[in-house]
Amino acid sequence: MPKKGAASNLLFQGSDWNFETLSRTYDAIETVALDDLGLDVYPNQLEIISSEQMLDAYSSVGMPLMYQHWSFGKRFVFEDHLYRRGRRGLAYELVINSNPCITYLMEENTMAMQALVTAHAAFGHNHFFKNNYLFRQWTDASAILSYMEFAKKYITKCEERYGTTAVEAILDSAHALMDQGVFRYRRPPRLSSEKERERMRERLEYEEQTYSDLWRTLPTTSESSDPDAVERDVSERKKALNLPDENLLYFLEKTSLILEPWQREILRIVRVIAQYFYPQRQTKVMNEGCATFVHYTIMNTLFDQGRITEGAMLEILQSHTNVVFQPSFDDPRFPGINPYALGFAMMQDIERICVDPTSEDRDWFPDIAGSGNWRETLLDAWANHRDESFILQYLSPALIRKFRLFLLSDEADEKYCEVASIHNERGYEAIRAALARSYDIGANQPDIQVMDVDLLGDRHLRLQHNVKNGILLEESSRDATLRHVRHLWGYEVSLAGVEAETGETLYECSTADIEED
Amino acid sequence: MPNFIDRRLNPKDKSLGNRQRFLKRAREELKRAIKEQVKSGKIADVDADHNVSMPARGVSEPTFQPAGDTGERKYVLPGNREFAAGDRLPKRASGGGATGAGAGTGRSEDEFQFVLSREEVLDLFFEDLELPDMVKLNLKESVAFKRRRAGFAATGSPTNINVGRTMRNSFGRRIALHRPGRKEMEAIAAEIARLEAEPKASTKDQQRLGELREALEKLERRRRRIPYVDPVDIRFNRFEPQPLPNASAVMFCLMDVSASMGEREKDLAKRFFVLLHLFLKRRYDRIDIVFIRHTDEAGEVDENTFFYSKQSGGTIVSTALEEMLRVIRERYPAREWNIYAAQASDGENISGDSERCASLLHDELMRLCQYYAYVEIIDERETEIFGTTDNGTSLWRAYRTVDGEWPNFQMTRIAKPADIYPVFRKLFGKQPAVQAR
Repeated sequence: MPKKGAASNLLFQGSDWNFETLSRTYDAIETVALDDLGLDVYPNQLEIISSEQMLDAYSSVGMPLMYQHWSFGKRFVFEDHLYRRGRRGLAYELVINSNPCITYLMEENTMAMQALVTAHAAFGHNHFFKNNYLFRQWTDASAILSYMEFAKKYITKCEERYGTTAVEAILDSAHALMDQGVFRYRRPPRLSSEKERERMRERLEYEEQTYSDLWRTLPTTSESSDPDAVERDVSERKKALNLPDENLLYFLEKTSLILEPWQREILRIVRVIAQYFYPQRQTKVMNEGCATFVHYTIMNTLFDQGRITEGAMLEILQSHTNVVFQPSFDDPRFPGINPYALGFAMMQDIERICVDPTSEDRDWFPDIAGSGNWRETLLDAWANHRDESFILQYLSPALIRKFRLFLLSDEADEKYCEVASIHNERGYEAIRAALARSYDIGANQPDIQVMDVDLLGDRHLRLQHNVKNGILLEESSRDATLRHVRHLWGYEVSLAGVEAETGETLYECSTADIEED
Repeated sequence: MPNFIDRRLNPKDKSLGNRQRFLKRAREELKRAIKEQVKSGKIADVDADHNVSMPARGVSEPTFQPAGDTGERKYVLPGNREFAAGDRLPKRASGGGATGAGAGTGRSEDEFQFVLSREEVLDLFFEDLELPDMVKLNLKESVAFKRRRAGFAATGSPTNINVGRTMRNSFGRRIALHRPGRKEMEAIAAEIARLEAEPKASTKDQQRLGELREALEKLERRRRRIPYVDPVDIRFNRFEPQPLPNASAVMFCLMDVSASMGEREKDLAKRFFVLLHLFLKRRYDRIDIVFIRHTDEAGEVDENTFFYSKQSGGTIVSTALEEMLRVIRERYPAREWNIYAAQASDGENISGDSERCASLLHDELMRLCQYYAYVEIIDERETEIFGTTDNGTSLWRAYRTVDGEWPNFQMTRIAKPADIYPVFRKLFGKQPAVQAR
């Protein structure tokens, strides 16, 4: 029987919540998060929303402010459909990488769930956003909300001025190239909405005033037939345009001859958003693992302190277990490797290795095994890795055995897939490397670069797809996407697939051959 | 410090605008998809009970995606139980051989489908289609009325007095106006009688008797002033004439199944009628469909035989028209039925019979029919020759004379499945003004 003294120590009882209990629970969670785990977070802003609003929110890619586009409507209808047919539960939470960090709490959640979400999102994700090097380098949490506000207003203004159809056409094409709209290697300039607006005005004036060499249609004087000179011209031309360029959207925004200034600005907006989400795509396992590990640790700590009832803890554990459930590959529910499960298991594993290592762990992780300092180890991992490097560094043989991971190699020409490695001594390295690689967006996304364009001639835009491991592009979507490129470029666009290692051309296609639909 | 903000009262449906944009886009796509479906010859499927789903191509968002069935890939999968290194697994036959191991790279959105119910499909299918003249005919010919109780009225004929309601009104009025009751008066009368019977009345009794008589007289006056049943109490049953829904239509499907009607011709005719069938089922609550097929003799058959029987023979088109006439006379008096007819033929007819067909139409059928559509199925090569001219088969030429005279007669030619829907729309589309009879 809980004594009176013990009962008063409880943060909440029953499943109802009110702002007082929310606040009291938040404070308790905060204490554990900051003092015990040593997290470092942006100020939190917790917003209570209803389930419809939650659907709204995640159909507009989770941003509280978003411009209008039919594809968000499509996502809404899709999500809504699944939700209403009971195929999918709503996410309990949504968190936005911004400063302050915004977390949505759903009205329908029980108090136990609110506590779990607070620990998960407001501390786990928040800490990760603030400290991970990718987010620090590539996104600007304090500027994103005002930038989105600017973007929304700007696009609304464009719709008023140029019509919804025209704006939609540009957005459609821009969205198609979103994956090709990020700088992978160099850091984009920081955003500032005030500056942004100023810049926009200036740019419009500038565009009107400036003569651009790119626009010149007169032939150049040197019409030499000397192949060296031609070669030199081409390389100079490429140099002037900064080619090859991996950021297709950026290239189109800067160079396309047919785009109006407002269309360029829309491309820029889409590109900025793509860039903002790029780190999230690279850190799914880590981000979710971090948040899950944090909520699990905090909730257990609070339970040990006697501040959460057993009933609430059971509810929390049940939903925790659901989140980290990993079906086997032959299970009909198998959707791929669950980033929550993998991330959480790895972080728990790191804790175990630090505290209670086996001799195998000492061999594999001499730096951390037995150091006892799991908090620091995790904080360090969260800050300095993305999924690929994290897995490559920390996936232990023990965990490979626990998940019973195996490596399947699949060649298109073969009738059979071959099991290349399994969870044994000889397989650990290979499995770890392969799994890490599968999280490397740079390696898995088609590598498409702008190679050349003769602006003085036929303005034919040449793209090159560097084919790795013989993996080609899906043809119908490739052609449809190329049509979008052509729409933004205005002239013929061709794409050549080149074997990355041999330099052999595997295929070529051009918008001239693709039927308009 | 946490900062709690309650957003629940914020407007919901922030994405309403997005959704409207999407549905607008999707609708165009769906209409297009359905037209495609008609063209590709799956008309019968449209009426199937199961839902029709279609990939949302026009609302797809293409990106550069790696193709699943090319190159070498490596997957890491969880849950190995029995495999050892070097084991081989057969690839799954479907899905490009990726062994279902798209492993987290698969995009579920690509499978996004609209599931349209049959109703929704038909709605799109028959959008702005309408049988000609239907509304006008309803107004004109809705002569059958049924009297239906419709509450009470304060006026009416004596036969319709509603006694119950009237008495209830009168009772209420009597209570409200304090009409003296019979018992009350009888009591006073009895008292008077008792006092009068008294042999020697004291002065007190005399006085009492006077009071009582006065009271009785007052009550009687009151009773007279407040009648038991007053005209204002009377209520009559009210009847309203209600037009009987006159949505009974009969559709005659006439098809030539003679030997000259090849597989292709039959198929086209079949599709035309399937469309028609769907259309009528949609428009009318009650619709009779009469299937008449003819070779050199005609007969009424059931739907299945109509579409699927293999019987064949020579061609005398007029037999079908005669059969139709017979059926109309027997079962579908033109006063009660909206009669529609569609005839599909390749135009081949025994010589001299075409004129007879035309005169049958002129003299009898066109007067009975609300609408008569003739669809001639021709060879694809003939489209260019006949498409726009009046030349053609004897039946076509004979029908041209009918066409000139009767506005409710329509004729057209089809050569391939893709023609059917446009032709159908032409024949049954909303027409500016078809003067009926």
